[in-house]
Amino acid sequence: MSAILHTGLIDGPFSHPFFVNALITGTAIALACGLVGYFLVLRAQVFTSDALSHVAFTGALAALAFGIDLRIGLFTLTIAIALLMGAVGRRGQADDVVIGSIFAWVLGLGVFFLTLYTTSRSTGNGAAGVNVLFGSIFGISTADAQLATIIAAAVCLLLVLIARPLLFATLDAAVAAARGVPVRFLGFAFLVLVAAASAEATQAVGALLLLGLLATPAGTAQRLTARPYLALSLSAVIAVIDVWIGLGLSYAVPVLPPSFAILAVSTAGFAIVLAIPAVRSRLPDRSRLTVS
Amino acid sequence: MWLADGATGPTWNVIADIQQLWSFPFMVNAFRAGTIIAVASAVMGWFMVLRRQTFAGHTLALVGFPGAAGATLIGVSATYGYFAFCVGAALVIAAIPRAGEGSYGHESAVTGTVQAFALACGFLFIALYKGFLNGVNALLFGTFLGITDTEVVVLLVVTVVVLVVLAVIGRPLLFVSIDPVVAEARGIPVRLVSTAFLILLGAAVAEASQITGTLLVFALLVMPAAAAQTLTARPVVSLALTVVIAVLVTWAGLSAAYYSVYPIGFFVSTLAFAVYLVAQLARGADRLRSGRARRVTAS
Repeated sequence: MSAILHTGLIDGPFSHPFFVNALITGTAIALACGLVGYFLVLRAQVFTSDALSHVAFTGALAALAFGIDLRIGLFTLTIAIALLMGAVGRRGQADDVVIGSIFAWVLGLGVFFLTLYTTSRSTGNGAAGVNVLFGSIFGISTADAQLATIIAAAVCLLLVLIARPLLFATLDAAVAAARGVPVRFLGFAFLVLVAAASAEATQAVGALLLLGLLATPAGTAQRLTARPYLALSLSAVIAVIDVWIGLGLSYAVPVLPPSFAILAVSTAGFAIVLAIPAVRSRLPDRSRLTVS
Repeated sequence: MWLADGATGPTWNVIADIQQLWSFPFMVNAFRAGTIIAVASAVMGWFMVLRRQTFAGHTLALVGFPGAAGATLIGVSATYGYFAFCVGAALVIAAIPRAGEGSYGHESAVTGTVQAFALACGFLFIALYKGFLNGVNALLFGTFLGITDTEVVVLLVVTVVVLVVLAVIGRPLLFVSIDPVVAEARGIPVRLVSTAFLILLGAAVAEASQITGTLLVFALLVMPAAAAQTLTARPVVSLALTVVIAVLVTWAGLSAAYYSVYPIGFFVSTLAFAVYLVAQLARGADRLRSGRARRVTAS
């Protein structure tokens, strides 16, 4: 096993363009997801991103069915539905039942487009649905990798720019509003960033598995530290490490699909952190959030 | 691309259409299973919407996917895989201690991780079981083909058990759902009732998954209940209404799917969403009218 890992990781992977592309894209996407995911967990909007991940499936399949670029459908539909969810809910947060009803129907629509695509287009392949659902990071081309990196960088930059007011608005919306922070606008802006990150992650780990990149590293980071900015950066770092180990693992053991390997690593990390509350209790008490 | 020889498009002669539908044993089984499933998931979904446990229900449904994929991998009927994994996941969710109010974010991160990992495991099983590509879509988005007589009996037995248990815990469950603090003060075992409910929900979700697929269970679990609870606030009436909506949506979905190439999940979710939308609009119009009436009487 160690021999396989050695030859597999040191000599092999970087000579393949597909692996290098996957690594670059995966890193960029993980950074964006880690940062966005931290606020997602803090704001208790995990269910919203769950719904957006299903919407991403429909967006991609609709684009395929109409024969346009997959990413156009992906980004347009996720951002549109994110804004819709913000609009129907109070303070930019929608009700669970409304979210559930909308995304179940949108997903049903996705199945319709999937059938339309596989039966009517001569170029259609039956694996398209599975690829969108479960990701195909090893199939990303160099041009796709560049575009995905640029978009991920933009998401990261925007999030860092609004991080401070967003944190304030998340922790105490009433006081933030009184101090002149545009709480509602920030809620919408954040939802748009979540949608963009979801659309990005769909290309890497697939629509169904992107919660593993959005919620899991953030949950892990929040267990490790209660200091907001430290947890925010930790969440991004953990996401990147998860993707790196996952990709390496999938390369070394070809039977493991890359998206499964990435999720297995992130889940294992979360499980370890959850299992050691005893260790944490011996550390100095940092259970109170401090905004410095 | 019709499903069976001799099948043609729908005509305006509804009786003849139904006769033709039911001339195939697999369609008869599909209608039997669909009706059983619709009743079970409507009743459980009604309580789920009342208790606002939609995220938990969604997670249970997604956990069913690796169950079904794993069952197919080792060569057992997917029905057993659904039940084993959904009920198992219900036990796990019930076992996680409910912490204080502030930890909701952590809890949802745990739930999100569980469901993403479960789906990833399902994907692994599929990757291990090569040449299963059409089966994936059936597991995720539903199918009504190939339901055997044995499976109909299993579904019926499970539904009867679920409904009987629910009838026993129904009153305390309603009490707990509406006011847990008072219920606990009155000596109702809140935790036990909640755990029992989650297990029943797991069974109902496992049933619904077989018609609508893992990803679209909300079409039968949430939408009929949400529509009925929008229309009326009286518990018994809205519960009955939920069952009626779910059964009608399932029957219409089955018939539509029979005559087209599109999967049943699309029809069931679209019809259910249409009912939900109409209910919302009706309430909106009603509110507008009563609001105007109130303003008129006030002035």
